[in-house]
Amino acid sequence: MSDKAIDSSKRTWLIATSCAGAVGTVATAIPFASSIQPSERAKAAGASVEVDIASLKPGEKITVEWRGKPVWIIKRTPEQIAALATDEGDLADPKSERKPSELTPEYARNQGRSIKPELFVAVGICTHLGCSPSDKFAPGAQPSLPDSWPGGFLCPCHGSTFDMAGRVFKNKPAPDNLEIPPHMYLSETKLLIGEDKKA
Amino acid sequence: MANFKEISPNAPLGDKFMNWVDNRFPATKLYKEHLSEYYAPKNFNFWYFFGSLSLLVLVIQIVTGIFLVMHYKPEASMAFASVEYIMRDVPWGWLIRYMHSTGASAFFIVVYLHMFRGLMYGSYRQPRELVWIFGCTIFLCLMAEAFMGYLLPWGQMSYWGAQVIVNLFSAVPFIGPDLALLIRGDYVVGDATLNRFFSFHVIAVPLVLVGLVAAHIIALHEVGSNNPDGVEIKDHKDANGIPLDGIPFHPYYSVHDVMGVGVFLMIFTAIIFFAPELGGYFLEYNNFIPADPLKTPNHIAPVWYFTPYYSMLRAITGEMVNVLILIVLGAAAFVFAKTKLSTVLKGAVVVAAVLVSIMMYSIDAKFWGVVVMGGAVVILFFLPWLDHCEVKSIRYKPEWHKIMYAIFVVNFVVLAYLGVQPPSHVGERISQVGTLFYFGFFLLMPWWSKLGQTKAVPDRVVFHAH
Repeated sequence: MSDKAIDSSKRTWLIATSCAGAVGTVATAIPFASSIQPSERAKAAGASVEVDIASLKPGEKITVEWRGKPVWIIKRTPEQIAALATDEGDLADPKSERKPSELTPEYARNQGRSIKPELFVAVGICTHLGCSPSDKFAPGAQPSLPDSWPGGFLCPCHGSTFDMAGRVFKNKPAPDNLEIPPHMYLSETKLLIGEDKKA
Repeated sequence: MANFKEISPNAPLGDKFMNWVDNRFPATKLYKEHLSEYYAPKNFNFWYFFGSLSLLVLVIQIVTGIFLVMHYKPEASMAFASVEYIMRDVPWGWLIRYMHSTGASAFFIVVYLHMFRGLMYGSYRQPRELVWIFGCTIFLCLMAEAFMGYLLPWGQMSYWGAQVIVNLFSAVPFIGPDLALLIRGDYVVGDATLNRFFSFHVIAVPLVLVGLVAAHIIALHEVGSNNPDGVEIKDHKDANGIPLDGIPFHPYYSVHDVMGVGVFLMIFTAIIFFAPELGGYFLEYNNFIPADPLKTPNHIAPVWYFTPYYSMLRAITGEMVNVLILIVLGAAAFVFAKTKLSTVLKGAVVVAAVLVSIMMYSIDAKFWGVVVMGGAVVILFFLPWLDHCEVKSIRYKPEWHKIMYAIFVVNFVVLAYLGVQPPSHVGERISQVGTLFYFGFFLLMPWWSKLGQTKAVPDRVVFHAH
C-alpha cells in the first residue's frame, strides 16, 4: 500500500462518514442513557402527607413515609427541650448554618429546629450514607455513646450522633444536621409534610 | 484459511465427520491448542486448583441463576415473597437458591486464593501482565455482580447495604448527588433500583464476565502458565518444540483438576446441606426480614467478602485524612530532598502534592473513604509494575519477603473481621493502621521488593515424581 499515492478525496469521505457515524452513535446513546433517569412517575410521587398528631404524647415519636423516606414527628419533653441549650459546644453546626436552603427551612432555623419548640419534624436519614438513625432518647452513659450523652439519635451504620433537634455532633462521619422537610400546621392537631406556607 | 482437506473414503465415520467439521470450524485445532497440546508445567501444586474451580463456580452460578430467574419477581412488593416462594413452594427451589447463595461466597473464596497464588509465585510478571489485568477486571466485575445480586432478595440487609453503597457515590464532588440519582433511578432505593440491578445482575455483568474469562484464558494460553518456581518452561524445549517440563493439560491436568473438583464439591455441598447461612456470614440473618425503608437494622455490615474494603472505607475519618495529608507532603519532601530528579520535576512533584493536600483538606472525608476503597482494588492492576524483585517466585525471594506476605494476609483477615464488627474506637484505630499497611505494601513495593538477598533460581522446575 505504501507505494500508492494517497487518495485524499477518499480520505476526506472516510473522515466525513466516520464523523457522521460517531454523531449518530452518540445520538442513539442519549435515549438509552436518559432512560435510567428517575421516571415521570418517580418524580410525581413526591405528594405531601397529612398526619394527625392529636394522640402524640410528650416523649413519643411517630414515623411516616414521605417520598419513600422516613419522617419523624417527635413531641419533645420539657427536659429534652432544656437539654438543647446545653450541648451546643459539642455540635458541629448548632445554628444550622451549613446548607440552610437544603436542610433547614427558614422557620426551623432556631435552637429546636422546629416551628413549635416541642414538636420536632425531621427526615430520619443520616446525612452520612443514608441509614436511618435509631432513638437514644435516654440521657447518660450507654454503649457506643459518650458519658455526657444528652439524649438524641445514634446512626447504627457508622456511629454518627445527633441531638434531640437532629443537630450532628462534632468529629462524626456525618457532615450535616438531619434534614427538616417542608411542613406546616393545618390545625392544632393536623400536620402537613411536604408543603409549607410559601408554596 | 487452510486448504480444504480431503479424507480417504474408507476412513471411519467419526473421522469423516470431524474432517467435515474441521473444514468449516477449527474444532480440532481449538481442542489441541487449549487442551491436548497445551503444555502446562508439571510442578503445579495445591494452589493451582483454584483457577479451574473458579470456572466451575461460574458455571454453577450461571446455571442456578437461570433457574432462579424462572421464579423470581424483580418487583419491590413481590421480590422478598418470591424468594421465600422459591425456598418453600418451588420443588427443590431451596437447593437451587442455596447453591446460588453459597456459590457467591465460594466464588470469592476460590478467587481470593487464586489471586494469592498469583501474588506468591509472581504470576503477574512479564509476560503475563495482561493475564493479571484481565483477572483483576474479572474481580471488579465479580464485586459488582455480587453487590447487585445482594439487593435482589429485598431483605433489610439488601436494602440498607445498597442504600449505603449507592450513597457513597453521592460523596463525589459536584456530580455526586446526580450520579447517585442516576444509579438509583429514584430519590430513594426502590423498585426502579431493584429492576435495574436485576438487569445488570442477570445479563449485563455476566456477559462481560464470560467475555473477560475467555480473554483471561486466551491470554494465559498465549504466554503459558507460570509455576511455583517462577521459571519459564519454554526456555527448554525438546526436538519437537515441546517444553521439557510441560505436560499436556488434557489428560494430565484435567484428571488432576477433577480431583480438586471432587474435594471442593464435598465442602460446597456440606455447606449447602448443613450450614447454608454459615452462621450469618453467607446469608445474613437480618436479610430474612423484608426491606423496610423506614427502619435501619441495628447493625449493618456487608457480606464477608467485601468487609476488608469496607473497613478501609470506615477507617478514613477526618483525622485519618490529616494523617494522609502529612504522608503526601512527607513523600513530596523526601522526593525533593533525596532524589536525583531535575529541579523542574521536583517542583512539579511538590506542587502536585500541595494541590492534592488542599483537595484532601477541602473535600469531605467521606469522599476520600470512597477513593481509598476503590483504590484498594485498582492498585492490584498495577502490581506487574510495582514488583521489582529479581525473581518471580516467593520460593527464591529473600526470607523476610515471606514475612511481608504473611503480614499482608493477616492484615487482610483482620480488616475483614473488623468490617463485620460494629464501629468501635479501637477497631477504627486498628483498621487505620491496617489500611496504611495495605497501601504501603503495594506503593512501597518498588523499593522493598529490591531489598535483601535472593536465592539462586534453578534452571528447570523442581519436581519430584510421586
